[in-house]
Amino acid sequence: MAETVEFELVSPERLLLAEQVAMVVVPGTDGDFGVLPRHAPLISTVRPGVIAVYKSRAEVSERIFVAGGFAEVTGERCTVLAEEAMPVGQIDREAVAQQLRDLAEDVADAKSDPDRRAAEAALAVAQAKQAAARSI
Amino acid sequence: MASLKDLRNRIGSVKSTQKITSAMKMVAASKLRRAQEQAEAGRPFAERMEKVLASLAGAVGSTGGGPRLMTGTGGDDVHLLVVVTSDRGLCGGFNGAITRETRKRLRSLTDQGKQVKLFCVGRKGRDNLRRDFANLIVESVMDVGRPRLGFADASAIGGRLIEMFEAGEYDVCTVIYNRFESAISQIVTGQQLVPLPPPEGDAAARPAGGAVYEFEPDEDAILASLLPRNLSIQVYRALLESAASEQGARMTAMDNATRNAGEMIDKLTLVYNRTRQAQITRELIEIISGAEAL
Repeated sequence: MAETVEFELVSPERLLLAEQVAMVVVPGTDGDFGVLPRHAPLISTVRPGVIAVYKSRAEVSERIFVAGGFAEVTGERCTVLAEEAMPVGQIDREAVAQQLRDLAEDVADAKSDPDRRAAEAALAVAQAKQAAARSI
Repeated sequence: MASLKDLRNRIGSVKSTQKITSAMKMVAASKLRRAQEQAEAGRPFAERMEKVLASLAGAVGSTGGGPRLMTGTGGDDVHLLVVVTSDRGLCGGFNGAITRETRKRLRSLTDQGKQVKLFCVGRKGRDNLRRDFANLIVESVMDVGRPRLGFADASAIGGRLIEMFEAGEYDVCTVIYNRFESAISQIVTGQQLVPLPPPEGDAAARPAGGAVYEFEPDEDAILASLLPRNLSIQVYRALLESAASEQGARMTAMDNATRNAGEMIDKLTLVYNRTRQAQITRELIEIISGAEAL
């Protein structure tokens, strides 16, 4: 297979991943989308979820959890700007379960609307993380 | 005339000072390398963010409107200055340069009849500005990035800035920090964060192929969630630059101090030797003249 997409995963602190891949599937806010070579230019927000990287068309070579961010897609390149990212295999299930309990309490305790919204957003991220950990 | 013992003590104390300053220089040099690496690592994200933002601004700008973080509140009556300094001293003119610039801006804004508020990051800046402008300081954070500067630190500050903006506490926000040029030179920079200055050159608004981006869900929604993050990124960048500058400034200052201490030791040693010599001569004369008198 000749054509590849240049996939880059960047966090504010460093460049996490930059490689040539056959396809990536990104969890966009409006639904997952796969990026193949010569994809139409697109900018999308990313919801908390799992990015699947396909080194070859047949199989997933890597699964990376991201806690939201942005994706910029052009014909040759797919750049994901993520604030928090880690390989699915590295998620500590117990830590996430603990976090979920804490955050659920935060949501219940929140006094004002903005506080509650912030807690709920954090909870959604933790839930997505747990789902990602379960998926393997 | 100082006695020999006094001189010995002074030489001893200058020597130990020299040891401390040269150790601090070495520590600063290694911290500087780390800070530089971190600043380097953070660059790709900021660059990509800028590009996305530029293409978005191009798309939204043509239709008019856009979130207030970008367009501003329409007024510019209340200015917020974010002053980034260090928590520790002994770094030459590092903090002085920042506070001087802050005072200059503050004066010129007040002369124009604007209201100014200060947001201090770092202990030194707060302590310095508190003397004259205690009532203007609305917020101060200290011990940022200890032990290690992370994006979380920046996003905490960014979040606070946005909260204040939403509450209508300011119209224009500028961050003042030391931009890292090299280990011996840091440049005081004022960067406007809110409203976002328009990106340079609108050529960036189009992807390489010449086609226009599609947006998902839509421009406004993306912009609304991107702008606050961009603010945090800019703050993060300022913090990183400032951290690297601080270590650079400290390294230079400590290098100078070590050299000065060396010069001082040389001078004192010379005086010490002369005094010792003179004392020996005097004692000899006393003995000889005593013997002659017999």
